[in-house]
Amino acid sequence: MKILVTAKRVEDPESKIKVKPDGTGIVLEGLKYKINPFDEIAVEEALRLVAKFPGEVVVASVGGKEVQEQLRHALAMGATRAVWVNHTGPLDQMGIAALLQKVAEKEKPDLVILGKQSIDDDQNQIGQYLAEWLGWAQATFASKVESFESDAEKNKVPALTVSADVKTVRVVREVDGGLATVECQLPAVVTADLRLNMPRYASLPGIMKAKSKPIEELTPVGLGVDVTPKLTVTKMMAPPARKAGIKVPDVATLVQKLKTEAKVL
Amino acid sequence: MPTVLIVAEQQPDGHLRKATLNALSAGKALAQKVGAELHVAVLGKDVAKVADELKTYGPKVVHSGSAAGLEHYIAEAHAPALADLATSLKADYVGAAATAQGKDLMPRLAARLKAAMASEVLGFEGQGADVTFTRPMWAGNVIASVKLTTPVKVFTVRPTEFNAAEPGPAGEVTAFSPKVDAVKTKLIEFKEVKSARPDLSEAKVVVAGGRGTKGDFKELEALADELGAAVGASRAACDAGWVPNDLQVGQTGKVVAPTLYIAIGISGAIQHIAGMKGSRVIVAINKDAEAPIFQVADYGLVGDLFKVLPELRAAIKAAK
Ligand SMILES: Cc1cc2nc3c(=O)[nH]c(=O)nc-3n(C[C@H](O)[C@H](O)[C@H](O)COP(=O)(O)OP(=O)(O)OC[C@H]3O[C@@H](n4cnc5c(N)ncnc54)[C@H](O)[C@@H]3O)c2cc1C
Repeated sequence: MKILVTAKRVEDPESKIKVKPDGTGIVLEGLKYKINPFDEIAVEEALRLVAKFPGEVVVASVGGKEVQEQLRHALAMGATRAVWVNHTGPLDQMGIAALLQKVAEKEKPDLVILGKQSIDDDQNQIGQYLAEWLGWAQATFASKVESFESDAEKNKVPALTVSADVKTVRVVREVDGGLATVECQLPAVVTADLRLNMPRYASLPGIMKAKSKPIEELTPVGLGVDVTPKLTVTKMMAPPARKAGIKVPDVATLVQKLKTEAKVL
Repeated sequence: MPTVLIVAEQQPDGHLRKATLNALSAGKALAQKVGAELHVAVLGKDVAKVADELKTYGPKVVHSGSAAGLEHYIAEAHAPALADLATSLKADYVGAAATAQGKDLMPRLAARLKAAMASEVLGFEGQGADVTFTRPMWAGNVIASVKLTTPVKVFTVRPTEFNAAEPGPAGEVTAFSPKVDAVKTKLIEFKEVKSARPDLSEAKVVVAGGRGTKGDFKELEALADELGAAVGASRAACDAGWVPNDLQVGQTGKVVAPTLYIAIGISGAIQHIAGMKGSRVIVAINKDAEAPIFQVADYGLVGDLFKVLPELRAAIKAAK
């Protein structure tokens, strides 16, 4: 089975993000970068599936040369090879989806797995755009029924159920009010929720091996994609701060305040 | 005159999802800013009743699209049908609530319309063609204004940021026949997570537990029931399998804005705070006086939750 996954470079989720005083962006000093946590889950799921259905996991990322770090991270986890779309200018979701469409058409995977959103833009769009433009089935917000403490998770059982003939995939989707199980014909696009799996750590031999795994370089021009953004951020602001509250000494004071001051009881 | 089209959502049980009313009032606000007419679309196997309900909230037209092939919601089936409608109406803006369905459907619809999209919109700024969408980025650490430059613009709105639409002058209902293509996805099963408690997204009071509960939600649930509250949770509590995943509050879970939010044994990671800082009153109970949750709490109580919870329930009972 051949699976295409993505590895976006994002700020470490533990970083404190601050807006620049002039509102043109965020303060970059001191920030650390990581693979988007949702993409890491997508990579993990792909590795588990390929352990069951031998084939390859191809990881793609769009950005300047620094995104090779995130590609190497996925390679160290066990991905087979990488595709780097070299682009340093601004990008929006449509541009990235159009580039991934070209990569998918070139690679012809059985399945594309992406994170459901990236933790910088929080847009939650690219998988859906990609599925539509490819004309493929989509299953967003894939999650696992069993808890992370379960044997299934400990034994790295894939949460996505691919049929023995690799023609369909069953996905449990987290939706409002319950869980929906859908079956998609392959090839399909799946987006990963946080509760799909717990990604492995890259092993030392994995990290060593990743250094010699191939990274193919492509460009938007070479792929024939115009990535001029159709979405531009015109201004950034800090969110309104919540007024600092107080500490109460005991339950009695808390209940009294809730009743007479906040009037919520 | 420009057109704003809001996509309504029918729940699996056939009822209108309440978040649609929040999307409708966002649609009204946008229509006013850009001088547009407000239209609503609803698609499903049989949506006549829902369409009749929708028309009472003041849209100009409700487009009611019933088709046997739309019995179960599938993005692949709904997106083309809605794209055809939006194109025939020459809709300039197409929006919906950022529910699970809205998040799944609207980007696919946008792709079909070759439209750029803003997700989880909090508000609109500017007038006419210069209108921008405000939306959160980086788990709400940044509020951005974004401009979309495609002819059609697609968006989802965060339901907690807009009041539910009030009844208004009745609009007209127009039935149309959506063209339903064969799709490559089928619904195998919908497992409803039933709870006797109020729905987390709509509850006036939310009692949420984290890793500090060590998996014992009994006292917390008893407190929730005393308050008629919904139960919520942090990611740590969901990942451990202590509570169903759909109770997760935060950047990647549900965004809630109840009148009262009580965070119990939750440290207050930014990803959690992103989902509850719009609550009117926040109470935090945590044994660590330095826990970041206290920075957003109106009332903080430092203490052991296993001791505090029974006392709190008794005191609330007595105060009522
Ligand atoms: C990409 C990404 C997305 C995420 N999305 C979300 C999200 O949507 N929602 C979310 O919640 N998290 C999310 N997280 C996880 C988040 O970063 C935190 O890890 C998580 O919220 C921690 O949960 P917690 O507060 O329950 O646990 P902890 O951080 O472990 O906190 C437990 C707290 O309980 C207190 N405590 C322990 N024992 C007691 C006791 N006996 N009495 C009183 N207090 C006690 C401790 O002092 C501590 O403050 C996300 C993380 C990432 C990377």
